[in-house]
Amino acid sequence: MPETPETRATTGARIHLENLTKVYAGSPNPAVENVNLEVKAGEIVIFVGPSGCGKSTTLKMINRLIEPTSGRIRIGDEDVTDMDPVKLRRKIGYAIQASGLFPHMTVAQNIALVPKMIGWSRTKIKNRVEEMLDLVGLDPAEFHGRYPRQLSGGQQQRVGVARALAADPPVLLMDEPFGAVDPITRDHLQDELIRLQHELHKTICFVTHDFDEAIKIGDRIAVLRERSHIAQFDTPEAILTNPADDFVSGFVGAGAALKRLNLTRVRDVGVVDFPTAGVDDPLQSIFDRLRSSSHNELLLLDRNRRPYKWLRRGDLSLAKGSLARAGTLVADTVTRDATLRDALEAVLTDNAGRVAVTGRRGEYIGVVDMETLMNNVHELLEADRLEAAEHQHELQEQRARQMQLEQEGLHGTGGAEGGRGVTA
Amino acid sequence: MSFWEYVGSRHAQLLTDTYQHASAVFQCMVIATLLGVFLGVVTYRSEWAGNLATTTTATVLTIPSLALIGLLIPIVGLGVAPTVIALTLYGLLPVVRNAIVGLRGVDPALVDAAKGIGMSRLARLFRVELPLAWPPILTGIRVATQMLMGIAAIAAFASGPGLGNEIFRGIASLGSANALNQVLAGTLGIAILALLFDAVYVLIGRLTISRGIRA
Repeated sequence: MPETPETRATTGARIHLENLTKVYAGSPNPAVENVNLEVKAGEIVIFVGPSGCGKSTTLKMINRLIEPTSGRIRIGDEDVTDMDPVKLRRKIGYAIQASGLFPHMTVAQNIALVPKMIGWSRTKIKNRVEEMLDLVGLDPAEFHGRYPRQLSGGQQQRVGVARALAADPPVLLMDEPFGAVDPITRDHLQDELIRLQHELHKTICFVTHDFDEAIKIGDRIAVLRERSHIAQFDTPEAILTNPADDFVSGFVGAGAALKRLNLTRVRDVGVVDFPTAGVDDPLQSIFDRLRSSSHNELLLLDRNRRPYKWLRRGDLSLAKGSLARAGTLVADTVTRDATLRDALEAVLTDNAGRVAVTGRRGEYIGVVDMETLMNNVHELLEADRLEAAEHQHELQEQRARQMQLEQEGLHGTGGAEGGRGVTA
Repeated sequence: MSFWEYVGSRHAQLLTDTYQHASAVFQCMVIATLLGVFLGVVTYRSEWAGNLATTTTATVLTIPSLALIGLLIPIVGLGVAPTVIALTLYGLLPVVRNAIVGLRGVDPALVDAAKGIGMSRLARLFRVELPLAWPPILTGIRVATQMLMGIAAIAAFASGPGLGNEIFRGIASLGSANALNQVLAGTLGIAILALLFDAVYVLIGRLTISRGIRA
């Protein structure tokens, strides 16, 4: 890989949709109506909404798999609305549900497709294929020559992403890419995508109907209602704490505060110190430490400094000088990268309401308990609320503008639409 | 004269006939394949055009081969021409029908993906749709070839080439010493040829159908 000249990968480009509308022939209502949306360079924007809301149609208009009836599409500084669609698509990565890999081509051939079409040299393509496989976490030597049917669903999806990124496009469109894999694999793939994006900084538009997926992946989320009307376009935090209307809060679903926990990691909340002792420490010193600390228990660490046992005051006197039978084994630990939700889960299942936090190799770092968790979540929600309030004003303005536009639209199309406008 | 003695004494003639039979069927199949796949590619995307192509080629198949060749003689004369035209027409139906079915059977999501990554219409056709439709097309070619083997025998009626000549000569001289041997030699020859061709198709399938979609 060191000899590849293109180590400096292309980062994202801004996408700007202006008054984008799609009306299918023979249908009275537009499938997508007047979408205005700006995706910043290097940002992941999630289009989320109920099925049939036009989110997929909106996405496919960006690479013009579906030609917009009216409106403009700008990518970077370029107006691509009238560009040759074949050329345009070669500059936009495209990943779809169930991977869309061509079953008659090997993994390597699938990935090499776009680079080949844009005329890269053979050696450059070969290196790139290896690099891409590496990037998505598949061993090039092993997977290079395999056919898609010889891969698991998750592996296929990875290759699909590798193919989409092969020609290093600034923009990546993903149409429910993880919709067809099992929940565990989906979780992994989402983590991978987040990691990839940290390295690559592409501009990604991602369609899903799964709101949890949206908050996990998205920098910003566009909640769409029918005809791709944007109900709210904001950060996951803002949508969770301050949904714009009933539609959005309905879509966010119950437990917004719980979902908020998914957005914060243990490392962000500050881990508290806890009295500890090593298994090899003399008993007397453990005794002294217990007596002098404000806690009525301490955490016993094994020789690798990994959490081993919780020791209470009573335990020691009962065990009569032997550590072997004293205390309770540590059942669960969390890493600093665990979400607060995982931490809460661990704290709730632990009978004493605390969980040890460990580092990369399982070594002890600190402890999270119920109190820290609650305080932190409170602070978090409060901060969110403040931030949301700042957004509020802006949002209201935006809504007012949209309402005005809609009303103008209604007057334009006449009475037939009017009735629905009033009831809506 | 026993059958084997007959074959032994006439092997030169028999080999020529067999070769000509095989060659006629092969050449007509090449034309039928090219034409059939072309017709399939042109028509599969439209409901009515596809159906029209299938129905037309199916109608050709309902004309008895003897009658078709008889009808062609006044137009194109005797010999190779009516044989080639008749065989090609008969070979079309399975190829056209399987090409249309095969091309229509390609997963629309894959076509969408091909479009989405920036493949042109022609690239989509040659790199995605035809390779994926190839197994059913090859089956069509195989069925057509088997059919043509038998029909080619009738070509001798129009002084065409091939093993049909043996059969017709035998039928014409029924009762004579070698009549049965002639008919038998022609028939067996055709059967053997058919088996050989089929074996070749299996081989072609192995070589041309991607391992990724082979059953």
